[in-house]
Amino acid sequence: MKRKRRDSGLAALMLVPSGVILLLFVVYPLIKAVWLGQQRCGVTKCTNNGFDQYLDAFRSNEFQDALIVTAKYALITVPIGLVLGVALAVLADKYMRGVGIFRTIFSSTVATSVAVASVMWFFLLNPQVGVLSEWIGGIAKTPGLLQDPRSALWAVSASSIWANLGFTFIVVTAGLQGVPKDLYESAYVDGAGGFSRFTNVTLPMISPTLLFATVVLTTRAFQSFGEVDLLTEGGPLGKTTTLTYLAYGSGLPTSNDDGLRATVSVLLFAVLLALALVQFRGLEKRVHYGN
Amino acid sequence: MAQVRLQNITKQFDGVTAVEDINLDIADREFMILLGPSGCGKSTLLRIIAGLEDPTEGEVYIGDTMVNNVMPKQRDVAMVFQSYALYPHKSVQDNIEFPLKVRKVPKAQRAAAAIEAATSLGLGEYLDRKPGALSGGQRQRVALARAIVRNPAVFCMDEPLSNLDAKLRGETRAELIALHQRLNSTFVYVTHDQVEAMTMGTRIAVMSRGHLEQIGTPQEVYDKPSSVFVAQFVGMPPMNILPAGSLEAGTHLVGVRPEHLRISPDHPLSLHVQLVEQLGHEVHITGSVGDRRVVVRQEAGAVTPAVGSVVRVGAAQHVRHRFDAVTEQRIAE
Repeated sequence: MKRKRRDSGLAALMLVPSGVILLLFVVYPLIKAVWLGQQRCGVTKCTNNGFDQYLDAFRSNEFQDALIVTAKYALITVPIGLVLGVALAVLADKYMRGVGIFRTIFSSTVATSVAVASVMWFFLLNPQVGVLSEWIGGIAKTPGLLQDPRSALWAVSASSIWANLGFTFIVVTAGLQGVPKDLYESAYVDGAGGFSRFTNVTLPMISPTLLFATVVLTTRAFQSFGEVDLLTEGGPLGKTTTLTYLAYGSGLPTSNDDGLRATVSVLLFAVLLALALVQFRGLEKRVHYGN
Repeated sequence: MAQVRLQNITKQFDGVTAVEDINLDIADREFMILLGPSGCGKSTLLRIIAGLEDPTEGEVYIGDTMVNNVMPKQRDVAMVFQSYALYPHKSVQDNIEFPLKVRKVPKAQRAAAAIEAATSLGLGEYLDRKPGALSGGQRQRVALARAIVRNPAVFCMDEPLSNLDAKLRGETRAELIALHQRLNSTFVYVTHDQVEAMTMGTRIAVMSRGHLEQIGTPQEVYDKPSSVFVAQFVGMPPMNILPAGSLEAGTHLVGVRPEHLRISPDHPLSLHVQLVEQLGHEVHITGSVGDRRVVVRQEAGAVTPAVGSVVRVGAAQHVRHRFDAVTEQRIAE
């Protein structure tokens, strides 16, 4: 009994450093943000509006528009990114000469920062000097894909999909390497063709990886800021103003109000939490976690 | 007709030869065992028959058709893997139905076939379970049910019992023999376990280092091993190989099965007893003759020598096996 008490004390002492870090950098900012989210702040002072401010902000046109833009952005980037990542990983999951070079190329975007990727896509899509604009022509030349309200979100999405492709490729490749070879061979002898083996063996066996990638990519989509800030600054006509950009961007009603920024941030946190729960609850039934 | 014929089969992996110049005829409805130690090429040979590997050289025939360039699904073979290779996300019934599903058999028909196959192997009450909820023996049966459900001409089995415990292995051996008799199909069965080979096979092909050492019935292989390798691989404890000139004059090696060695003061060899093992139904007396390890098998209840003593051993002429000292091949009588 004495020894148990002494061990518990020692354990608590050892947990102190991580506890302090957690309190300082996670718990305190979260509480502070929730508190700040109830304020409207001017240049010199803040006034408290209580929790009603969350409701008002949620109902506001700006937040609703940003939520719709962000949802569209996630609906474009997540499925396309997943399909491309799985396709590339399946293609590169072969024992062929030189496949290592392709694996390196496919996974290289994971080492590219959002800023570098965005600048690269900014030049590729530039109506005057961009190679892609030259190839595509039409609105890609005038006014430019990033400048046209109809295509701006798609153009930003392209940059994001490209930047996240390395991550998806690496995660799915790791998932594929965990699939027992015997399962493919058994299906092959039983008469399953390539597509049947993919749907009956590959997809179910990598379903935990796909769930993980889906949740991470969705979260990234909802948190994306760099691409929007560098490529469009939320424009044209607010067509790329995502929730994160609404919280941190410039030239918006939230720009000079730390209280409103905190309100949007906390609402974004709530939306992401709800979304992650829905994804886990909804998709987990289709996920197989092995024996 | 589902005889399998392998003609001059060679398989190389990146320049390394796994099997070399194999010729093997497996008769229709035969239970052929490919027996050998790890790395001898037996699984490679089975995979070549199933169509999972292409031979580097040689021809594979199933029936009268050369199948070198025929896809596995068109070869009419089924394979049971060592790991069972069950789809963990599918129920037992869906696993068993899978070969029929990919062949576009109507749903009702394939469900009936799967239930029949499962029931015949005692899996009737587990149809809705996932493989993860089954024991090793039950999983093995699901793998067998999946193989028999489409009634293939040839069954290829790659060490299907090796993941089972000893008791279950014994029971399943008997069930596989019964299954072979019931299905009347050709079985090609890979194992490194000589007990499985001796008890199940109508014939055994003993392999070593990519070569066929001997093909024969279990009794032929046991009674007349073609080489020192076969003599020592088949039989437990393995055959004693005595040095040239020790038991009889000449330059050849003499092999004697442990049960044929007798202890008697009149015999010519001195055995330094190092170990006496009481197994209940028999006794193994292990010692050395010169620098060779020798085992004598006696019936339980016989008077056994003490560890550390020296006894005289020998064997009758007709139970001795003679092998060339250089090639280690059997010398014709």
